[in-house]
Amino acid sequence: MAELRTEQMVLNMGPQHPSTHGVLRIELVVDGEVVVDAIPHIGYLHRCFEKHAEAMNYQQVVPYCDRMDYLSSMNNDLGYVLAVEKLLNIQVPERVEYIRVIMAELQRIASHLVAIGTYGLDIGAFTPFLYCFRDREMVLDLFEMTCGARLLYNYMWPGGLSHDIPPGFVEKTKAFIKHFRPTIKEVNDLLSYNEIFVKRTANVGVLPADVAINYGASGPTLRGSGVKWDLRKDDPYSVYHKFDWDVVVGTGEMGTLGDCWDRYMVKVWEMEQSLRIIEQAIDNIPEGNVQAAIPKRVRPPVGEVYVRSETPRGELGYYIISDGSQNPYRVKARAPSFVNLSLLPEISRGYLIADMIAIIGSVDIVLGDVDR
Amino acid sequence: MHNFITYYLGTGIFGSLLSSLLPLLWILPYVLLCVWLELKVSAHMQDRLGPMRTGRWHGWAQPIADMLKLLQKEDVIPTAADKFLFVLAPILVFVGGYAAYAAIPFSPAFIGANLNVGIFYIIAVSAIVVIGILMAGWASNNKWSLLGAMRTAAQLVSYEIPASLAILAVVMVVGSLSLQDICDAQSGWLWNWMIFSKFPFMFITFFIYFVASLAEANRTPFDIPEAESELVAGYHTEYSGMRFAIFYLTEYSNMFVVSAIASILFFGGWNSPFGTFMSGPIWGVFWLLSKGMFFVFVQMWLRWTLPRFRVDQLMYLSWKVLTPFALVNIFAVGLWMVLRG
Amino acid sequence: MNANEIHDKIKSQFLEGVVEFKPDAVVEPFIVVRPDLVREISRFISEDPEVKFDYLMSLSGVDFNDGNLGVVYHLYSMEKRHRIVLKVKVPKDKPEVPSVESIWKTANWHEREAFDLFGIMFLDHPDLRRILLPDDWEGYPLRKDYKVQEYYQGMKVPY
Repeated sequence: MAELRTEQMVLNMGPQHPSTHGVLRIELVVDGEVVVDAIPHIGYLHRCFEKHAEAMNYQQVVPYCDRMDYLSSMNNDLGYVLAVEKLLNIQVPERVEYIRVIMAELQRIASHLVAIGTYGLDIGAFTPFLYCFRDREMVLDLFEMTCGARLLYNYMWPGGLSHDIPPGFVEKTKAFIKHFRPTIKEVNDLLSYNEIFVKRTANVGVLPADVAINYGASGPTLRGSGVKWDLRKDDPYSVYHKFDWDVVVGTGEMGTLGDCWDRYMVKVWEMEQSLRIIEQAIDNIPEGNVQAAIPKRVRPPVGEVYVRSETPRGELGYYIISDGSQNPYRVKARAPSFVNLSLLPEISRGYLIADMIAIIGSVDIVLGDVDR
Repeated sequence: MHNFITYYLGTGIFGSLLSSLLPLLWILPYVLLCVWLELKVSAHMQDRLGPMRTGRWHGWAQPIADMLKLLQKEDVIPTAADKFLFVLAPILVFVGGYAAYAAIPFSPAFIGANLNVGIFYIIAVSAIVVIGILMAGWASNNKWSLLGAMRTAAQLVSYEIPASLAILAVVMVVGSLSLQDICDAQSGWLWNWMIFSKFPFMFITFFIYFVASLAEANRTPFDIPEAESELVAGYHTEYSGMRFAIFYLTEYSNMFVVSAIASILFFGGWNSPFGTFMSGPIWGVFWLLSKGMFFVFVQMWLRWTLPRFRVDQLMYLSWKVLTPFALVNIFAVGLWMVLRG
Repeated sequence: MNANEIHDKIKSQFLEGVVEFKPDAVVEPFIVVRPDLVREISRFISEDPEVKFDYLMSLSGVDFNDGNLGVVYHLYSMEKRHRIVLKVKVPKDKPEVPSVESIWKTANWHEREAFDLFGIMFLDHPDLRRILLPDDWEGYPLRKDYKVQEYYQGMKVPY
């Protein structure tokens, strides 16, 4: 019998598609349902953060950092203020550092909850998504009582914080921790170890460690491949070195090391570690004035700095060049999602369209972060 | 009631037409109820309340409001669509689902058509749905819809086989294809139901049938033809307004058909579980509907608990797990009947 | 290894390659290298077992506003745990830099971004297209002398 002739089909996934987590367009070349090539097209959410930053003084840039990765605004701010403080060479009070770490870790939990919930949604499990969002609300409540905002905080300022923590914050945070620990188990029972979920994610989108490093992957995407690499441990900033916690890495428990399940699971266990950090920090917040070290005018000396910090999505680097004036000469944000997304074609060839959804979700991108 | 209509109006066109509309008396309120139930069941499983405002009491009027909204919507047909097929598809899908009601015995006294090949007929007409869905996917001129339609065709055809084989086991035991006969054979008490006979083979049969029927009704974990997070909405992506509502209606009415068949084949149909207590033509309707609704609820329960299979895993399950098991199962049931009578 | 040692290492291999070395720059020392040699130097430091820069943290375009554009490479070694900053400077009228995509895949999108926003041409890049801006956008927004276009496809741009 003569060979049947088949043709490849180009399928546009996005920019309006429920599982691209924002306005991402992926040009899929498919052979039947098998993905031959996947070409991401980005930029739909581009706001030219870097150009904006050049037109403003150093403090005014903070709200723009909020808006890059809108699911982890606290971590974005933290990275930026660390860079500015390093450029200014100022020391912030211990109390500020502790509160920053608590906020950053709470934000990490909130962000991972979104990642985990929407990942379940991608795979078709609707219910865990709402459980995750229910608990995320509690974190957002904590933020709201601290600074009045629930999504974009403008909370961390160069040299300090916009507000001190309000009375009752410590108790409420402890109550949250107590409530949240069992939730992690609940999510695991309902989703992580669900037979169908494991079947969908294990052995899919395998990312070997050397490829991950070569592509500059970071965060859970890198750790899912078994690389023990966390900037909070390996390039410590703020007061992370004072706490006792573990770096979570993928184990290949359900399939191959570096598959979607590993990347997903790293996020689940990281929430547990974040809880540990918060627990240690919340009881030991030193006394002090959180605005004592805020400089009246931010005028760093001529120079440049590249500071990186660990956001929920990976390594967020700020490269700031100062020309001695009030405005930064150049701010470059090395966005973790941007870099992690660039390896999507590498790990999606040869899988099915349904796997594409699993792979995109496991890389956990925020399009605001990709496009800036 | 059917007899009543034919008695007064005869079996002419008018009478036939009127009696063929009878199932709508159940389907329409049932779908409204089911939509509301799905909203509430999912909400309570997910720690929320669901609709609470429309119609005051627990948002009971929400499906009515939804329906009114769908009725008022503009009827959009994509320019590049194959218009004839696009319009025909939802009708065909609905017909396939609707025709099955003709042979469902709601009570000893009420059955649309007491065919001696009732169950065979239902399997046959349900297959029309595949054509309708393929048509919808093709006519939409949308790649996602096409993929969804292809998946549906593969899925429905594949799962007909284990479902039919499971049904065959029951038919072998009863010795009749007529659904009334199958119900009659299970009369008496709870333990006379088919599911408890030939233990454990009928139990396995039921399980195979139920899993396959989930796939046939496109319910999670087998909802890949319409997988909203992958294929946007699969074959009905391009449909809106009333045409979409017809797809929706058919999905829910199919849910009930497969549930009703499950309860007829394995759970005594219209038989009361308590012997002659609470039995009779009227109670029969009650029992069948409540058994059917129970399985509808189970389907919802599964939907809000489980993730979705991938298309190849779905095929694997059908061809390599369910079908061989169903075949072995038929053999075992046959052997049992030969040896023990 | 600290910056001085890394500088010596590069210097020993590429005597002509290093244009400038600033060990006392504010916050971070950097090495300026010759643009035409940047790929060879990169390959050397990524493969040399003593330095082994296997991780490109960031690649940024910069407009120095003196007629020169630049590319800044922030490198890290996951194995040796040290870092270095490399810089190249190219004239604005002929901004051509060899691509390092073949060494660090991270550079692929970063170079596209630098091309998109600064107009730096990366030679031998496999897929040098605009990445963030639309394909038919005019000019390179992050250059200091950038003038925004009046209309983009009939839409007024400056608001």
